[in-house]
Amino acid sequence: MFGVSESLSRDDVAKVADLAMLTLTEEELDTFTGQLAAVLEHAKDVEALDVDGVAPTHHPYPLSNVFRADEVDDPQVGDEALAAAPAAEDHQFRVPPALGEEP
Amino acid sequence: MTANPQTALEIAADVRSGSRLAAAVIEPYLAEIAQREGEIHAFNEVLADGARLEAAAVDRRVAAGEDVGPLAGVPIALKDNMCTRGIPTTCSSKILEGWKPPYDATVVQRVAEAGAILVGKTNLDEFAMGSSTENSAFGPTKNPLDTSLVPGGSSGGSAAAVAAGFAPLALGSDTGGSVRQPAALCGVVGLKPTYGAVSRYGLIAFASSLDQIGPFTNTVADAAALFDVIAGHDEKDSTSIPEAIAPITPHLEDGAGGLRVGVISELTGSGPLADGFEPEVLAQTQAAAEALAAAGATVSEVSVPSTIYGLSAYYIIGPAEASSNLARYDGVRYGLRVEGAANTKGMMIQSRTAGFGAEVKRRIMLGTYALSAGYYDAFYGKAQRVRTLIINDFNRAYEDFDVLLSPTSPCVAFPFGAKDDPLTMYLNDVATLPSNLAGHPAISVPFGSGRNGLPVGVQVLAPMLGERRLIQVAAVLEASQNGAGQ
Repeated sequence: MFGVSESLSRDDVAKVADLAMLTLTEEELDTFTGQLAAVLEHAKDVEALDVDGVAPTHHPYPLSNVFRADEVDDPQVGDEALAAAPAAEDHQFRVPPALGEEP
Repeated sequence: MTANPQTALEIAADVRSGSRLAAAVIEPYLAEIAQREGEIHAFNEVLADGARLEAAAVDRRVAAGEDVGPLAGVPIALKDNMCTRGIPTTCSSKILEGWKPPYDATVVQRVAEAGAILVGKTNLDEFAMGSSTENSAFGPTKNPLDTSLVPGGSSGGSAAAVAAGFAPLALGSDTGGSVRQPAALCGVVGLKPTYGAVSRYGLIAFASSLDQIGPFTNTVADAAALFDVIAGHDEKDSTSIPEAIAPITPHLEDGAGGLRVGVISELTGSGPLADGFEPEVLAQTQAAAEALAAAGATVSEVSVPSTIYGLSAYYIIGPAEASSNLARYDGVRYGLRVEGAANTKGMMIQSRTAGFGAEVKRRIMLGTYALSAGYYDAFYGKAQRVRTLIINDFNRAYEDFDVLLSPTSPCVAFPFGAKDDPLTMYLNDVATLPSNLAGHPAISVPFGSGRNGLPVGVQVLAPMLGERRLIQVAAVLEASQNGAGQ
């Protein structure tokens, strides 16, 4: 299962940075590639383990479907949240144009 | 030893009885901060004026005959990843610099309701990612015992604040050892509670299935008292345990008689993990086991075989959850926004690139990779199954043992820059992270000294909701040293 035998490449890291919405310098790409490859290499020690038929643990305490009543309890908090935003207008968060030219 | 040797419980008793004013209690702590904080850098923000106002309010309530609570007038320091309404909460990251939360974390409310006085927000590795506090965007915290050494991390500021006598109580968060390891390196007590025992509402998320808030104190009794204040169900945290959490303070003096203690062989004997442990750390762990045997416990070795795979599982699961949690920092709703981009996506990329430090970027990328198409099953899916194996191994051990014992950290406090390589730094967490993967509670108690006379922390582990066993055993270890004068 853990058959990711080839080492992490510089291109892999560039692709991952793009997915994570980060820009890396050429130097950072080199450094991170080596460091991340070392961590993933270490993580391969679990290849020795047989986990067939073992259920995954998503969460250490079994709880599901935790709901509360859909009631507004502090309407002021919206104003305070907007006050902390980098930019707001008409009670909404303001951002640069969402469409248009690629960054 | 510390400038302010009174325990939290002694202070609260004095303030509640009216024999001392909270306003008088706070001054020597603020004075110690004024004198040494420039050198230690435990805090991102000291709240001296606010602390004086809160102390005066406590005194007015005592004078009016009110019950102010079990922590009346006790100074407390909070890790700067816990939301404090109107008070900057940064996670020691440039991406949240200056942000003032519109609400209090549940633990902040609970300690305030118990009468504690907030003296400041403490420094941490950015977003709690690290084991030395060197990853803070605002500069490292120094170990009060020797300022050329790290205090551990990620809650290094909280550990240092207690060790330096800046406050008798502090709260930190523990995702892979971030309370216990700095407690060990600074010579104080650090408790990681059962997952879900303490509300995480208002704790800024790192890895949601692993994060848990816990106390730093000078004594085991203070740790129990603070746990009793912060534990309990919170409807605002959907992972909060619904059942009532029984107080553990009544069990402080239960002793170790008849308890079955298992020393984890993978973390104390030989093998891939224990080989990296300093011999003095292993010797003190052995001495702690002997102290428990002398107090009437039955002590033997136990194997928890899959703990040796904990590091691999942790450094997939933690970053995977972090990459998802930290997607929210995009310059839209709070924190840093880099202006000048032509469109929203460009603004987000520039803001994240400028706002996150190197370690945070590493973990986000590691997690993004582990969750990406084609690798999800191989990394994340496998890590979650390894997590199950670790839980099964612990549960098997707890059929024969009440508590388990190991060192907290492989080493005593180390110099700045000594562990620049990320994987080397991650190895600091090998003994602590299995408890996070399992959701189990664990405590670090100072026990003797190691290399260069620096404090060693011994870790006691227990099954789900076994905190009463932890403080029972920790109190015996604490008393055995006071008796032996170590």
